Amino acid sequence: MKLRVIDVVFSYASVPVLKSVCLELAQSEMLGIVGPNGTGKSTLIRCINRILSPQKGSILLDEREIKEMRRMELAKKLGYIPQRGQHSFPATVFDVVLMGRRPHLSWRSSEKDEEKVLDMLQMLNIEHLAMRDINELSGGQQQKVFIARALAQDPEVLLLDEPTSNLDIRHQLEVMDIIKTIVKEKGISAIMAIHDLNLAARYMDRIIMMNSGKIFAAGNPVSILTPDNIKCVYGVEAEVNNSNGSPYIVPIRPVRPNGGGNEV
Amino acid sequence: MTPGTEAITGMRTKRTEIKDQYKRFIGRKIVFIFSSLILIFIIAGISATLGSYPIPVTEAYSIIWRGLFNNPETTKEIVVWNLRLPRILMGVLAGIGLAIAGAMMQGILRNPLASPYTLGVSSGAGFGAALAILLGKGIAGGEYLIIGNAFIFSLIPTFIIVGLAHFRRATPETMILAGIAMMYIFSAATTLLMYFSEAEAVKAAFFWAVGDLGRASYDNLLLVSVVLAGCFFPLMWKSWDVNVMGAGDETAKSLGVNVERSRIFIMTVSSFLTAAIICFTGTIGFICLVAPHMCRMVIGGDNRFLVPASGLFGGALLLGCDTIARTIIAPVILPVGVITSCLGGPLFLYLIMRRRREYW
Repeated sequence: MKLRVIDVVFSYASVPVLKSVCLELAQSEMLGIVGPNGTGKSTLIRCINRILSPQKGSILLDEREIKEMRRMELAKKLGYIPQRGQHSFPATVFDVVLMGRRPHLSWRSSEKDEEKVLDMLQMLNIEHLAMRDINELSGGQQQKVFIARALAQDPEVLLLDEPTSNLDIRHQLEVMDIIKTIVKEKGISAIMAIHDLNLAARYMDRIIMMNSGKIFAAGNPVSILTPDNIKCVYGVEAEVNNSNGSPYIVPIRPVRPNGGGNEV
Repeated sequence: MTPGTEAITGMRTKRTEIKDQYKRFIGRKIVFIFSSLILIFIIAGISATLGSYPIPVTEAYSIIWRGLFNNPETTKEIVVWNLRLPRILMGVLAGIGLAIAGAMMQGILRNPLASPYTLGVSSGAGFGAALAILLGKGIAGGEYLIIGNAFIFSLIPTFIIVGLAHFRRATPETMILAGIAMMYIFSAATTLLMYFSEAEAVKAAFFWAVGDLGRASYDNLLLVSVVLAGCFFPLMWKSWDVNVMGAGDETAKSLGVNVERSRIFIMTVSSFLTAAIICFTGTIGFICLVAPHMCRMVIGGDNRFLVPASGLFGGALLLGCDTIARTIIAPVILPVGVITSCLGGPLFLYLIMRRRREYW
């Protein structure tokens, strides 16, 4: 297993967010985390990236405890793609992607690093944006830049926090296609918190459904995205159709009395 | 040529094109840095000629050059070396230090308003100096009574802000608010001291706070340059991490930067640098806020270039302002702090309004 999360417990002050979460991620696997708002998806991703430290449990990357690793060492293996950028300075796209090389060098960037940046820009087809200011780009373009930056890190695992939630449908598909292609071609693994169940159904190898800080169900999209599970976790009555082998969810109405999904 | 190879050459030329563009972009920044350096030399030469004892520009440079190897003998040499040059050098060094400290504080706190002024460093110094001037009480004695007090008190706000960041995990926003609170506290305390003091002493304390290069001496200069050199290299070394922190704390952490520790380190070094300067000059405002912004407008936000660029540009700016302060209503010499704000303010407003797009 590439990555293992064992019995992780995390709470903000005294509010428990993750209650004994376990998961495993194989090499070259795309794992989606779904669940209602406030259920701990982003918290879990932040714990794996050591932005937050869990109170209990362990997270193993290649069978090594991430707590024991230096931040720089971890940054060579884990790439993180935030939901949206919050760049405060003017910075060119080239410089933003170059930041991805930070874990690999200390101060001066070399020819090799610049080549790497060019490779990533080319892979994501955003070469024409190279000298533009990151703050002037649209959400979709920014998301591609962040993917390029994370890939410039040469990571073994990609962590994505709802990367498509601000994008139009074309950019959603483009971004998911890019990630899927990279995962399969480079043999890296990806964990993605995602709201859109249909995108999850279409692109994920495996899905973990979370509810109130616990894992409710895990498995392939067909076995997880069932009307019963959706009703129980989201409190929504839904129809699940089959489109080209992957489930297609049509939400119908919220379930009224006590339909589960007790949101915090 | 088959279409395939054509596409490949197309890609290659595109790559070299981007590379060339990026090289030119870097080249522009380096040109700006060297231009600022040349500007400092030019203004320094002009500044050395101005004053009640007239000295032509060409002679000023040759006097400075000769003085490097011989002791000043003629009146002209003594005027330049003993009266004008310390002031000029202090202007340059203070400008460099304040601008660098401002650039770094804006960077780590991701806030365009952050500066040693808004974080209470200056108010702390003002209170320390007022304490020494008005009550004669201080940490050090004699010549260093005011300087020592200003230095120690200017570091108090920083200690509190750094303490908040360390023990309460304060965010940049909280750190700035704490700095502003500190600014009010120390200003009020200074006012209270003034309220119960003699008019002459109040005037002295007030003018100390405006900032003036008239107290420059070679002893002071030595201290300031040692501190400046000692702070410049660590800040330069951290400048790429500040770039990464500009992308947000979470992204910075995922890129391997220890955000909290870097922020505290840079905050402490920048405040120390500011304190070491303003205890000799008084609180010269505006350079630390404005010089980094002006440079960002020209060369962008990459701190690896912004730090030296803001420094040299700040040095030129402060020296230029002091030159004006000395000549505008000569023989009366205005405190330079007045000129930096009076001229810097409108200039900055003009630059902000002229720009069509937001840059921060």
